[in-house]
Amino acid sequence: MELVNIAIKSIFIDNMIFAYFLGMCSFLAVSKKVTTAFGLGAAVVFVLMITAPVNWLIQENILREGALAWISPSLAEVNLEFLQFIMFIAVIAGMVQLVEMIIEKFSPSLYGSLGIFLPLIAVNCSILGASLFMVQKDYGLAESTVYGFGSGIGWMLAIVALAAIREKLKYSNVPDGLKGLGITMLITGLMGIAFKSFIGIAL
Amino acid sequence: MSEEVKELVVKKSEPLFSKRRKRLVSDPLNDDNPVTVQVLGICSALAVTVKMEPTFIMSIAVVFVIVFANLIISLIRNLVPSRVRIIVQLGVIATLVTLVSEVLKAYNYEMYKVLGAFVGLIITNCIVMGRLEAFAMGNKPYDSVLDGLGSGFGYAWIILAVAFFRELWGSGSVFDFKVFEAIGINNFATNGLMVDSIGAFMILGILIWVQRSKTGYVEH
Repeated sequence: MELVNIAIKSIFIDNMIFAYFLGMCSFLAVSKKVTTAFGLGAAVVFVLMITAPVNWLIQENILREGALAWISPSLAEVNLEFLQFIMFIAVIAGMVQLVEMIIEKFSPSLYGSLGIFLPLIAVNCSILGASLFMVQKDYGLAESTVYGFGSGIGWMLAIVALAAIREKLKYSNVPDGLKGLGITMLITGLMGIAFKSFIGIAL
Repeated sequence: MSEEVKELVVKKSEPLFSKRRKRLVSDPLNDDNPVTVQVLGICSALAVTVKMEPTFIMSIAVVFVIVFANLIISLIRNLVPSRVRIIVQLGVIATLVTLVSEVLKAYNYEMYKVLGAFVGLIITNCIVMGRLEAFAMGNKPYDSVLDGLGSGFGYAWIILAVAFFRELWGSGSVFDFKVFEAIGINNFATNGLMVDSIGAFMILGILIWVQRSKTGYVEH
């Protein structure tokens, strides 16, 4: 039940986009077509689901103060937490490379349409963000995995919804200066208000 | 051989602050702003803009990271094979961000707690990565530093502007100084929407509108 609660919370209430502004770059740049947005969203969910538990294991077994005690008791004083950023980003970059190779192999058309944005998942803030928040919130292994999955789903939901709105937006008459990024920011704000209505939901 | 020498002489004769170099700094401030025109670096930007003070610290951190990352990558640009360049760039950025984070933890622990994970998220700030990829990989160190300064300040003034309006309307203050009470309005009603994430989206959207109407930039 606790896990379901974490999932609901990370999908709707603590949504990566609307509550933390994470992953905005690709959120704004790749949300012109629903199919592309869906592909990128799926890739993000996949990467998040792998990196969150892997980073949790690294944090608990290597980085945390005294975590190295399992090698020898003399290392119990060592605190490697300052290496956190570098370790996390290395894991993420490696995973992204893996996903890139898998997509290139199995779906060349998706690979073609995602193009430059696939390597950019490595610098998608929501992925590093989920790992850092997971540490901040003191989650266990199962909780971290669910949190990673939920954050990914929430991000995918947001980008697919925005892409659907932007597809319809092509037919409307937007003032020149507001075209593109400007109107997208305002729409995101309005969507954020809608997502606010989920506050307080808990099982 | 003679051509190479000639090129070297021409390069040397370029003044320290030539027109081209001034443009490297001034363009990203307005016409080619990384946030409002290139749509980069919005990720970590908006989350810290509830108040002016954390935003100010954040801009200093980003300017520091972007300038030094540009310098280092530009110095080693001919040594890095292009296949592993992303990892190398991330390594350099992550090292610099770790440095910033440790300094902040040591000298301003309060701010470190307020900013929390968002200092770490400078690593994934698309501006830093984008400048390394687009500029530092192909240009000389001094030019790269200027480019970093331009992009850093372009980013800084946008998020400071967003933070100014959010703090003014959301908390009725600027840098924690109660503006409205100082001028005699004691019952100023603060707007909760501005403290919320939604206010950031709205203000940035409107800021982009104003700025693009001025520069005449239209996206198609």
